[in-house]
Amino acid sequence: MFRELKILTHHGSQYIKDLRNQPVSDRFRGRPVISSDINESDIEIISAICPVSAINDRDGSLDIGKCVFCGECSFCLPEKVKFLKDYRIAVNRREDLIIKPGEDKPVRLDKSSIRKEVRKLFKNALKLRQVSAGGDNSCEMELNATGNVNFDFGRYGIEFVASPRHADGIVITGPVSENMAEALNICYEAVPDPKIIVLVGTDSISGGMFSDSQALNRKFIEEHHIDLYIPGNPAHPLTFINGVMDLLGID
Amino acid sequence: MNQLYSEIFENPFTIGIKEIPVVDYDVFYNNISGMLSDQANHCVAYYGVEVPGYLKLICCIVNDKTHSIRIFSTHLINEKRSVKSLTSACPQLHIFEREIHENFGVEFEGHPWLKPVRYPYNRKSLSALMDNYPFYEIESEELHEVGVGPVHAGVIEPGHFRFICNGEKVLHLEIQLGYQHRGIEKLFIHKKGSLQKCILSESIAGDTSVGHSLAHSQLIDSMGDLEISDSLQIERCIGLELERIAVHIGDTAALCGDIAYQLGQVVCEALRTEIINTTQFWCGNRFGKGLVRPGGSNFPMSDIIADKMLKMLDDAVTRFSEIAGRIYSMPSVLARFEDIGQVTRDQALKTGSVGMAARTCGIGRDLRGSHPFQYFKKLYFNPVINETGDVLARGMLRVKEISESGRIIRELLGFWKEKKKFEHPPVYNYLLKPESFSLSMAEGWRGEICHSAITDENGNIIHYKVKDPSFHNWMALALAVRNQEISDFPVCNKSFNLSYCGNDL
Repeated sequence: MFRELKILTHHGSQYIKDLRNQPVSDRFRGRPVISSDINESDIEIISAICPVSAINDRDGSLDIGKCVFCGECSFCLPEKVKFLKDYRIAVNRREDLIIKPGEDKPVRLDKSSIRKEVRKLFKNALKLRQVSAGGDNSCEMELNATGNVNFDFGRYGIEFVASPRHADGIVITGPVSENMAEALNICYEAVPDPKIIVLVGTDSISGGMFSDSQALNRKFIEEHHIDLYIPGNPAHPLTFINGVMDLLGID
Repeated sequence: MNQLYSEIFENPFTIGIKEIPVVDYDVFYNNISGMLSDQANHCVAYYGVEVPGYLKLICCIVNDKTHSIRIFSTHLINEKRSVKSLTSACPQLHIFEREIHENFGVEFEGHPWLKPVRYPYNRKSLSALMDNYPFYEIESEELHEVGVGPVHAGVIEPGHFRFICNGEKVLHLEIQLGYQHRGIEKLFIHKKGSLQKCILSESIAGDTSVGHSLAHSQLIDSMGDLEISDSLQIERCIGLELERIAVHIGDTAALCGDIAYQLGQVVCEALRTEIINTTQFWCGNRFGKGLVRPGGSNFPMSDIIADKMLKMLDDAVTRFSEIAGRIYSMPSVLARFEDIGQVTRDQALKTGSVGMAARTCGIGRDLRGSHPFQYFKKLYFNPVINETGDVLARGMLRVKEISESGRIIRELLGFWKEKKKFEHPPVYNYLLKPESFSLSMAEGWRGEICHSAITDENGNIIHYKVKDPSFHNWMALALAVRNQEISDFPVCNKSFNLSYCGNDL
């Protein structure tokens, strides 16, 4: 027993008290800001270097639903493109993931388009079923981390469950491979109504690096209403946690 | 007499595609069966490349002791795509022959288990469907089947496990994969941008981002004749070892979670966070995405990072040995791990196991020693080996490798401090050698990663092949659970922690 106590003492307190304002390291690439004085030739350079065509070659806006956060545009033009440490980048409308030049304001959910039943039913307890559909296991590991001793998302009654029958919604990672498309559908059907759909990671939001692969089948994503988009490559646990808290209206 | 094979002692290496000896299939057959009769040899790559008029089969066999890589090829003309299978003579080739069969429709006569590997979108037979996988069946009233997946209870990747059980005892497990197939190998050809290829390599298996991007980058370094300074080589090795430590600690947490030992789980989870946050401090990403690039780096090591890393290692590795000492001395933990999920040395050799799966069966197979790459070429390295092949061996191997990797990082940082620093940004506008073949191997935390590529007369990549260690090792898991209680499957599975997406590509 003394050995355990010693281990516990060395372990100390690891949990993050304030999930809203936890400092992350300087190089973390979160919300991007594109300078308002970006000119046409700048835009040409960075849209050419972007590996996933996330930068619009006409107006220079950056779609963080496509972005793989490699940061190459900011290495190329450090004065014009910056990735801030701000990890709160989840939204509930796809178009809100597009950051225009000159825009430097927090990315937040649009409250008016959150379905009424979501907050009413799930605010005090939300059980989620995760489906990896071609995910590379980094987003999956980050989702596992949301429940660990550091992030302890369970404190709000939010957790991942084994059966879709016990779930209030599904969390999809990966670009949705053709081989997984049917299983994803079956899993979603098995979740009782009302239910939510959360997309985690760039791959699931837009297909990311795989968007033009012939091995995908993204019909499910196109045909369903998505309640929450959580960008990242992979999405940071804090991005996921803050996004879900915003969706449920937890302060 | 024609040359039977080329022998190379470099990793990575690039040779002209015409320099790869082409032999008749009979000679090819004898080459492989002869070489693989030596236990120190194993096959790292054996695959087909479609060329107008024929199918080119390329095989690379490496030796754990002599540092050699032997390469040779054969041509199968379109009219004759039925050849004698090597699998009965060399069981480790079963998966390679299955893949060639699935992709190109080659019939391997006498292959006992010619089943689909991953159902790629461009497979030869589109009538082969995920839904009609030909599972092995036993007809008996005493036996029952248990199907698990593709969606599993935890937050993990999809795959289907089919058990045939006698009561609680597993007689046979068959694993059906392919759910994660994203067409990565084809994308390496279609995506023309160099940066795109780097990011693809990081997404082959997100838990091995550094391992795979290192294998890709050193392939490009070799094909594009890019100069890599000592300091950059050192940094890449540090990234690789840091990834190893992080995953091994995470796996220890998961193993504890499976047997409901909460203290072990919680402490290891927090320690993993310390490690990956250090990776994030270095390159902005907890998984090391963006850290390794061809020809240079966006995130050169600095004194601040080095000091932080050393401090973190001193603390985390010490705390880990404290908790690991407790975990692996508790009778209730040992009762769940010892003699469970055993793979024998013979089985591991026959199935061509690599990495941890081999090293826990007494096989000293580790590319850092046998085919050193980057700065490992200049490092004294001795692989960590366990003998018993059970869950305990795989758990304990992680403990030893964590402390060994910690030692390696400290040593590397010592060298790094003495080296002249050449801070060079990544090279994306490289020109690759035309009509060449290149092979690059790296020892990721799971084991041997192998990338190979072929270029056309303009130096464009026209063929790209990725092999994750899981490709060899899934069979080891299937063998490990035989005659075990089905309730022990989770710890067996966690103890291997194989990659689904790395297999499915």
